[in-house]
Amino acid sequence: MINTGDTAWVLVCTALVMLMTPGLAFFYGGMVRKKNILGILMQCFTVLCILTLQWILFGYSLSFAPSKGFFGGLAWFGLNGVGFKPYADYAATIPHEAFMLFQAMFAVITPALIIGAFAERMKFSAFLLFTILWATFVYDPVCHWVWGMGGWLKELGVLDFAGGSVVHINAGVAALVAALMIGKRKGYENKPVPPHNLPLTVLGTALLWFGWFGFNAGSALAANEVAVHAFLVTHTAAAAAGATWALLEWVFNGKPTIFGTITGSVAGLATITPASGFVTAGAAVAIGCAASVVCFIAVAEIKPRLGYDDSLDAFGVHGVGGMLGTLAVGLFASKAINPAGADGLLYGNPRQLLVQFTAVAAVTVYSLVATYLIIKFVNVLIKVRVPDREEIMGLDLTQHHEHAYTLLE
Amino acid sequence: MKLIIAIIKPDRLEAVKQELYKAEVNLITVSEVLGHGRQMGITEVYRGVKEMGNLLRKVQLLIAVNDDYVEATTNAILKGGRTGDIGDGKIFVLPLEECVRIRTGERGGPAIG
Repeated sequence: MINTGDTAWVLVCTALVMLMTPGLAFFYGGMVRKKNILGILMQCFTVLCILTLQWILFGYSLSFAPSKGFFGGLAWFGLNGVGFKPYADYAATIPHEAFMLFQAMFAVITPALIIGAFAERMKFSAFLLFTILWATFVYDPVCHWVWGMGGWLKELGVLDFAGGSVVHINAGVAALVAALMIGKRKGYENKPVPPHNLPLTVLGTALLWFGWFGFNAGSALAANEVAVHAFLVTHTAAAAAGATWALLEWVFNGKPTIFGTITGSVAGLATITPASGFVTAGAAVAIGCAASVVCFIAVAEIKPRLGYDDSLDAFGVHGVGGMLGTLAVGLFASKAINPAGADGLLYGNPRQLLVQFTAVAAVTVYSLVATYLIIKFVNVLIKVRVPDREEIMGLDLTQHHEHAYTLLE
Repeated sequence: MKLIIAIIKPDRLEAVKQELYKAEVNLITVSEVLGHGRQMGITEVYRGVKEMGNLLRKVQLLIAVNDDYVEATTNAILKGGRTGDIGDGKIFVLPLEECVRIRTGERGGPAIG
């Protein structure tokens, strides 16, 4: 039975989540040097175009068509059978098409997150091939395991409200693998690359935060109490995390920075994502604070020591935040918030923590191995990295024959 | 006193700076400029329309030195700035008539260092 309120809400949320990919483009775009910003924007918009087509053609079926297997079935190939009638196992009160579209935006933004790891040095053609393969062989199966009917992690009882494992761990681990395999950027071996336009990064964060209400509250798939609550905890965690990161910088580096504050907010948003439909507002404050502390350590302490060049910290923020959040569900989840969920350790159910840990481990290991194989394959075929001379000139001019800023006129 | 003007590739700036510090030349002014020599720029395409011979981004260094520092400074720029590819840029050495430090009003050699 279709509910018009629910349908309207999910459509609005779909549009909100769509806006996150351009938001991410500006978030990342401001952080790179000015010779590479169009490369970042182009990659994000390309993901939006290409993966929408992939999703409609076969991605949705591989992810969500009921199946006990590794992938979803091929029953919904080309949206065959995906129509106005609700598919009750996913969302009983909205047209099946609305659910499919909402999920399409998740399938788009997840591979886009990885762009932060190989920014400023990946060949455009290699990026394109990598993205299509990664979406098909990593995102689609993992999405099926956690959210699809018959998926093994779903049947195990894993709780991932809006994508801590499917989106953030998955993309974050892939980002780490990509950064390690592609190697460091030239010329900045031992120091950070100065962001060329932080206001743009702040604008991108604002769009991400705004879109995240759709991401999390929309994952209730209805305009109900759970949606309202997810909205509340999402906002709360982002606020707590932003303030915490600024405080950490003030204490340890002498001054709080806008770059740190927004990095913290994004870490908080990524971390609360899997927990947003299951935990109290108080727990959201704790999760937000913990997100900034843990991600701060990952980005400012561990990364420089290990020496990998995850250019824009896709792993340090999304990967680490996603792991923390997915485990936090096992601690803080409460049936009082969402009867369709489960209780966590703090509410007397230690098994949930174990189940959540299984999901973290499974997604981490699978994403690690599969991403490694895909990058190897693409490298053998067409080389993933641009030649040195092109890297020095910048991706805007060499990959796309255009540049972002003029000096004269 | 000489004025040294050098046009280099933007990505060599860091290396040139390090070489200058080693040569104990610490006072430099840097600006972003556009230009091309034999390299003739690069093709850009906007909505399908090709634009040939565009100017490339370069960095210009302005360094005023006493005569005994000229060799060390040019060598430092050569060392840090040379890649061997076309477009590495040029160094111009000009006679410098006067130099005044605004803070103190000092003139000539002492004002440069």
